[in-house]
Amino acid sequence: MAVTDTDATERVEPQPAAALDPSLSPAAGHVEHMHTPVPKVIHHAAAAPATIDQVDRAPRGVKLAKISRTGDRVFRALATTAGLSIVLLVLFVGIFLLALALPSLRADQDNFFTSRNWTVSGADLAFGIAGLLWTTVLSSVLAMAIAVPIAVGVALCLTQYLHKRASGPVSFVVDLLAAVPSIIFGLWGLTVLGPFLAPAAVWLTSKIGWIPLFSENVDPKGSVFVAAVVLAIMILPIVSAISRDVFAQTPRDHIEAALSLGATRWEVIRTAVLPYGRSGVISASMLGLGRALGETIAVMIILTTPAPSSPFSPSIFAGGETFASKIANNAAEFDSPSKTGAYIAAGLVLFVVTFAVNAMARIIAERGGAKS
Amino acid sequence: MAKRIDVRNVDIYYGGFHAVEGVSMTVEPRTVTAFIGPSGCGKSTLLRTLNRMHEVIPGAHVKGSVQLDGTELYGQGIDPVAVRRVVGMVFQRPNPFPSMSIYDNVAAGLRLNGVKNKKILDDAVERSLMSANLWNEVKDRLGKAGIGLSGGQQQRLCIARAIAVEPQVLLMDEPCSALDPISTLAIEDLIGELQEQYTVVIVTHNMQQAARVSDQTAFFNLAAQGKPGKLIEIGPTEKIFSNPDEKATEDYITGRFG
Amino acid sequence: MSAATTTDAQVSFRRPSGVRTTKNAIATVYVFLATALAVIPLAWVLYTVISKGIRLVLTQEWWLQSQRGITPRREGGGAYHAIVGTVEMALICAAIAVPIGILGAIFLIEYAKGTKVARAVSFTVDILSGIPSIVAALFIYALFITIFGLGRSAVAVSLALVLLMLPVVLRSTEEMLKLVPNELREASYALGVPKWKTILRVVIPTAFAGIMTGIMLGLARVMGETAPLLILVSYAVGINFSPTSDTMGALPTMINSGRDQAPQLPGYERVWAAALTLILISMLLNLLARFIARASKLKEK
Repeated sequence: MAVTDTDATERVEPQPAAALDPSLSPAAGHVEHMHTPVPKVIHHAAAAPATIDQVDRAPRGVKLAKISRTGDRVFRALATTAGLSIVLLVLFVGIFLLALALPSLRADQDNFFTSRNWTVSGADLAFGIAGLLWTTVLSSVLAMAIAVPIAVGVALCLTQYLHKRASGPVSFVVDLLAAVPSIIFGLWGLTVLGPFLAPAAVWLTSKIGWIPLFSENVDPKGSVFVAAVVLAIMILPIVSAISRDVFAQTPRDHIEAALSLGATRWEVIRTAVLPYGRSGVISASMLGLGRALGETIAVMIILTTPAPSSPFSPSIFAGGETFASKIANNAAEFDSPSKTGAYIAAGLVLFVVTFAVNAMARIIAERGGAKS
Repeated sequence: MAKRIDVRNVDIYYGGFHAVEGVSMTVEPRTVTAFIGPSGCGKSTLLRTLNRMHEVIPGAHVKGSVQLDGTELYGQGIDPVAVRRVVGMVFQRPNPFPSMSIYDNVAAGLRLNGVKNKKILDDAVERSLMSANLWNEVKDRLGKAGIGLSGGQQQRLCIARAIAVEPQVLLMDEPCSALDPISTLAIEDLIGELQEQYTVVIVTHNMQQAARVSDQTAFFNLAAQGKPGKLIEIGPTEKIFSNPDEKATEDYITGRFG
Repeated sequence: MSAATTTDAQVSFRRPSGVRTTKNAIATVYVFLATALAVIPLAWVLYTVISKGIRLVLTQEWWLQSQRGITPRREGGGAYHAIVGTVEMALICAAIAVPIGILGAIFLIEYAKGTKVARAVSFTVDILSGIPSIVAALFIYALFITIFGLGRSAVAVSLALVLLMLPVVLRSTEEMLKLVPNELREASYALGVPKWKTILRVVIPTAFAGIMTGIMLGLARVMGETAPLLILVSYAVGINFSPTSDTMGALPTMINSGRDQAPQLPGYERVWAAALTLILISMLLNLLARFIARASKLKEK
């Protein structure tokens, strides 16, 4: 690819001896090697500096072009406008949603945070997000509990156990999961995974159904459990990709120090890789959690919406609604501002929670990065 | 084409920090002037004020005067962009534009400043590549990517790019420090030839190089620990390297420090 | 606790104790099991979608006809209306999100780097990237339909999608601009090229592949978004190119409208075929993005 430089023949001549007088230097011995004739590349004679006529020539000055500044000004204005309009946009979104939600919140006759009712039509509003909160948190945390151990295992396998050649295709496949649109996960979860997991759910309920978390089996296909598994599959690529990056950056000397003490591979991981990557993995998990919290359509499709009058069940095998799925399920009904306001209020809670989770993830990542 | 540079009482500041103080010197046309001295004493900083490149760093400003054949580069209303069109620069690490071919790289200065005529561009590219001693090596692959060349070739490409816009002065900031010895020698030969058409100012860490290529040498050093850099001595190269006036210069030349 | 017998006087490189070896073996089994577990869902989902949908996708009518006049009980028709709708809404979204995203990234890196303003903008971009799609859709609904009274439309969907695509494009462009070495900018300035031309003709072309990657990934994401479609436009079974009308077909809603059907009906198969079509488009964009990224002249560290 690269052509080697042609070797320019050096036109070299030793300097006339008079120019370099070794005897002038007090520390003659020290400088001797410096004062061996220094080869100077010869230029053509005419280039000898400051000949008489060049010195006498009056300076003619330089023509400095007049530069138009409009290009810079316009472009800078465009870029600044783009940047600032994003700030304005986000501010506007926040304020606007808040403004719409507040009237409904004020008219709410129930406690917004503890009620499980959702009466939003008509004049008397009584709604609360307790049920939504429970289902959302339950499904997302369960998803995280399933996804993170697997993602960490995958990340360790790809960085510590597999050769470069094998880890490339495998990580490609795992990352490709992120390319599947969520509605397809919803469809698949409902029609394929749900029925597949149903026997396991029934079995579990029969064994430990006395624990409230595992009780009940209203619809084994449309349960929080199935939704959580699907969510876990959806957040797996994110958590594993970030964990992979973190593990791959474990400093070689930590690993080699462990190896030189005769550690097994697992011990190397336990003592060098995992401690180094801990904050990164936590951060990745929180990002996955944030993603799971905000997932709308897969959850909407899978979860069976419980009948309004049915009693509350904390079980993972019950149906339910998350913030996102409730809003999506009622999309056709936003006909009055007060009703819309209630849904917006729910949406805002979701947004705040998601943002808090993501922000925490970032803080943990930065703090962990600073330590290393 | 080459012009004379007059620097008078230049002080350079980065924000409130006084980086270089009180420099005055003259560079004659068609000569090579070398700036030498230990790291951090202002050589590159001063070089960059000769084409107002220091101004890309926010807060950097200059007091004093730099004149090109009598035209004040820091005059009222003078745009740094205009200055840079007449004072060219070559950097320490070769930096051809990755998105452009060899031809496009050399023509970049002209094209981006509005020249569209293909004949003019072709002539300029050929002329510059010949002056940079690169034409024979690349004339059959002008359409290939600029970053596919070796280090020494890339640097010559950058030199060709700089001279394609026909500047009055060529500034070179340690142009060989990232290159192998053979490429270094090739560039030094090239400087000898460029000198016939341009005024050249070169910053170098390599004293032997300064002695080899320059007509005039300027030695910079810090006045004292924590003080700004200053010009200690400037004079004909032979004198600086054999019989300098200042003790500090002699100490540096003989390797006592730096 | 060594399994090997050695005298105490010898220095021996003992094999690790049985407990340690067992733990190591368990760990090895675990990570490989985890990896297998991670690969299975993708294979399973793809298998399901392909096996149920491939027959229709391979027919010509699928790509050329709409669902006008087709009921769930009848065979026939295609997904043309849905494909066109999905692509159209995504492109309208891109037409708005891409310029703002790129200009915003230019603002952050080229003009305001390190300033307080940049930090504020960056913070709001973070907020934007965390907005759940349903909330973005709700916002557009509240603004355009409740307040302005404009009624549903495909344009409204595109606007909601802008809120989702903008941070993706901006962040990836930002990362690419950061990777462009400063020396390139300096080389351009040294030639007497003004800043705006430097950005436009040197920096952006150098970062171009990475920017394209970000755009492709953003497009793939918004094409699969269902929530805005549910709230902001009605699903149309016929072909409709007009972005301002209140109905528009799209692949996600085509899937959604048919998912409750009984498996024996022809409509059910069409749902899976639509799902396969959507996956194909999404995967294609993702692969294209990776391919372009590999051809990039800027390598990530």
